[in-house]
Amino acid sequence: MAPPPPPLLEVRDLKVSFNTEDGVVRAVDGVSFTLGQGEVLGIVGESGSGKSVTMMSVLRLINDPNAVFEGEVLYKGRNVMDLPEDRMREVRGGEIAMIFQDPMTSLNPVYRVADQIAEAILTHRAIGKAAARTRAVDLLRQVGISQPERRADDFPHQFSGGMRQRAMIAMALANDPDILIADEPTTALDVTIQAQILDLIARLKDEFASAVILITHDLGVVAGIADRIGVMYAGRLVEFGGKRDLFYDPQHPYTWGLLGSIPRLDRPKQDRLHSIAGMPPSLIDPPAGCRFRPRCPHAFDRCETEPALEVRGGGARHLDRCWLDPESKRAVRDRTIRGESAAA
Amino acid sequence: MAEFAYEPEPASVGLAPGESIREFAGKSPWRLAGRRLARNRVAMAALALFVLIVAVSFAAPLYAKHIAHTDPFANNLNGTTVVDGKTVEVLQQGGGPLKLGETPIGPTWHANYFLGADNQGRDVMARVLYGGRASLLIGIGSAVLACLAALFLALLAGYFRGPVDVFLSRLMDLIWAFPIFLLAISLATVLLTAPDGLQWGPVHVDPSSLWIPTLIIALVYVPYVYRPVRGQVLSVREKEYVEAAVAQGASSLRLMFSEILPNVLTTVIVMLPLMIATTILTEAALSFLSIGVQPPQASWGTIIDDGQDLLYSRPWVAIAPGIMIVLTVLSLNVLGDGVRDALDPRAKLRLKG
Amino acid sequence: MALFIVRRLIGLVVVLFAITVLTFLIFFATPGVDPTRSLAGRNPTPETVAAVRHQFGLDRSKPEQYLLMMKRLFISRDLVSYGNQALKVVPAITAATPVTFSLVIGAAVIWILLSILTGVLAVVLKGSIWDPLLMIVALIGISMPVFWLGEVANLITQDRLHDTFLFSWVPPLGYTPLTENPWQWFLHLIIPWLTLAALYVGFYARVLRANLLDVANEDFVRTARAKGLSERRILTRHMLRTSMITFVSLFGLDFAVLVGGGALLTEVVFGLPGVGLLTYRSLQSLDLPVIMATVIYGAFFITIANAVVDILYARLDPRIRPT
Repeated sequence: MAPPPPPLLEVRDLKVSFNTEDGVVRAVDGVSFTLGQGEVLGIVGESGSGKSVTMMSVLRLINDPNAVFEGEVLYKGRNVMDLPEDRMREVRGGEIAMIFQDPMTSLNPVYRVADQIAEAILTHRAIGKAAARTRAVDLLRQVGISQPERRADDFPHQFSGGMRQRAMIAMALANDPDILIADEPTTALDVTIQAQILDLIARLKDEFASAVILITHDLGVVAGIADRIGVMYAGRLVEFGGKRDLFYDPQHPYTWGLLGSIPRLDRPKQDRLHSIAGMPPSLIDPPAGCRFRPRCPHAFDRCETEPALEVRGGGARHLDRCWLDPESKRAVRDRTIRGESAAA
Repeated sequence: MAEFAYEPEPASVGLAPGESIREFAGKSPWRLAGRRLARNRVAMAALALFVLIVAVSFAAPLYAKHIAHTDPFANNLNGTTVVDGKTVEVLQQGGGPLKLGETPIGPTWHANYFLGADNQGRDVMARVLYGGRASLLIGIGSAVLACLAALFLALLAGYFRGPVDVFLSRLMDLIWAFPIFLLAISLATVLLTAPDGLQWGPVHVDPSSLWIPTLIIALVYVPYVYRPVRGQVLSVREKEYVEAAVAQGASSLRLMFSEILPNVLTTVIVMLPLMIATTILTEAALSFLSIGVQPPQASWGTIIDDGQDLLYSRPWVAIAPGIMIVLTVLSLNVLGDGVRDALDPRAKLRLKG
Repeated sequence: MALFIVRRLIGLVVVLFAITVLTFLIFFATPGVDPTRSLAGRNPTPETVAAVRHQFGLDRSKPEQYLLMMKRLFISRDLVSYGNQALKVVPAITAATPVTFSLVIGAAVIWILLSILTGVLAVVLKGSIWDPLLMIVALIGISMPVFWLGEVANLITQDRLHDTFLFSWVPPLGYTPLTENPWQWFLHLIIPWLTLAALYVGFYARVLRANLLDVANEDFVRTARAKGLSERRILTRHMLRTSMITFVSLFGLDFAVLVGGGALLTEVVFGLPGVGLLTYRSLQSLDLPVIMATVIYGAFFITIANAVVDILYARLDPRIRPT
């Protein structure tokens, strides 16, 4: 039998730290995961968890001279960290594309929308301006913008928020990238538009045969679309597994906290929405042992040693970083998610 | 010259690179800004230089009396001084481009006539120091006046809105539409044609009074400060804490002073050093054109004007006051940059997600 | 867009009218000053005083005086200088205008090129010693009074180093019209150009650098990088293009002020017979008709240029175009 194809993207023990006057900020402290062809990966975490920095590092978009990178990012087998800059530019936008949170400020206000999409095309293909413009208009149609020929000549401020994000997606997919990274694509949008954009991404990923990495702080956003989900906390992955596993058998107390704080229609109504007490830890001086320990209502003495990310009780390919015994965990868990007992 | 219109960000304390959240617990934004400024060594050096210049200029009478032993305002056409042990006349025969007439002596590099004499036999160094007094008084005075007036008017306009705002803003637009130098020139010309001075009701103003250039320059720059301050007042007014104060029943006057003023003050404070630099340059230009400071008073600008005829024979007369201006304005510019960085740190701590 | 322009033009006319009124008020109605004495210049003879009274209709009402002044200025154009009865004011201004234009346009070309170069270099070389060094030079440029710098330049080029190969080509102070002798025109203007530009290079380099640094943090620059654009293209097409909006509008205002007579200090120091020098000479003798005329000319020109800049700004920044 043929060996399985190598993963499209493999991140191995990525570490990103920043040298500041106060000390070394470890924004990303050993993150590893893989992404296969056509797969949708969701990365979930609160602000400061390191999720954006991880993804920006994949495209080497971090220009800070104080940044230090360790580890490897293998794209189709080659380490992105070692690529010469001109080769990296070919990858950016051509093979791996990224869209960002706020579509209003992510588009240049003085150029027309179609011109900006055409720019993305012409950077990677020598096809001539007219052909690029035609393709840009087609892309706008594909992302659901009505009257694309007319709207192509509009400026970004003439588009609504949802339309702008669609245009960004069009621009990102213009060169048929293998991977689309979406960094909080819906956070700046209204809730109804959020759903539309997520549906659009789900549809397009099949049309363009791209893998997708979706970064968000909101588990609800990835619930519909992701194949696998990784939960990040304080610069590390604390849980990683398939969607069903994560939603129906979450192993890490932080994930429980995230799940508990989603208002659910299919559960008995809670008195108060559960929130996770405390604040994220300092990335300069992380606490010894499990990083979630100060906020974890179930911490015990073993938590003073840092758990490694590995398969414990959640099933094959479901990894977590928690010492709690999986069997006894489950009973506690449901109470925690429902907001009762020790959850504070 | 159209200065860069200053558009400040709302007064907020963001973290500048290298600052930790620990330092900020429980301290007022002013103290924090003060500390940030104090740590900026270049700005502190500039401040020291400026203070030095001010001190030296205001010590002009002491210099003239005790060190140089000259009277910089009295003509000394027939005076003598001692150079290298020999007595020489202050105004010497010969010299000049046509080798006719008289040429004052050049720098002696001694206490008496350190930089030489001017056409009237006066000690240049002492005059430069006295000139500094006038230039600095006018520069600082007009900048402060302009800022105060603009602050007051902007508070009124921004807070009360409506017809008050429309009237004041149109007035400011009109003054500003009149190019600064033209306005200053016109006012100065008109005010200076009266040889016996001006009579404004009970107040008599002498034509050589420093108040005339001070008021003219202040008037001309009020719109420049008014605009950004008014913008700030408008945006602060919309903020939630003002609404909260209104809900608590605070009166308009109290609101203006206790809530809006402190926030708007940042804008003015950042502009102040740069305004002083600008007014000093403006005064120098007006005085150079003979429509600024009038004799018997002297300022850096008038001395440069005096030095024009002596430019090729005794260049120090024109060069020395210019150097003083450059140093003063430079130190104010650097200080202004430092103050702006301290109160409005632009760099944000860039660690998202 | 057309409506926008029409509205601007109407506003313009209103402002111009207001300026003439303001000028009139300053010269004729400042409290505490007698306009007859102002207009007659320093030490007037009784005949001059009587002539002034008559010419300006000072015995009539203020609005009539205003209309009379406007008429003499614009319609009959026979306003005559008091220092020199043969000098007709309006033709004198029109003769002086090309000189001022030559000075300002030449200096502007130099300062635009140099400041863009300096600003961009400072940003590209950020982190090395060149960035603060360039900015210090810029700062010094802003801190020098332009008339003083001109004097220093004259000292060096006309006198001290005049006999050396460096500056022996510098002609004596003065002006040669372009149409008469282009090479001499150029030689007469090169030092004044550099002097005038020095101040503005400093200012604009700093402004451009600050703008570029701000823009570098903008999200759309990040997007451009994520699209795979080269750094050069990001700098020119994205960063510079958006920074130019502020740059051009500031430039427009400064240019307008200079052409309107703001270059007077430079003209005085270098002996260039432009509008500024005309203003200066009239200031020295308090020749009010000339001063008034030059002030109004200057204000007009500047206000018109402001309106042009506004329209230009709308062309550059699509966000503020009326849709």
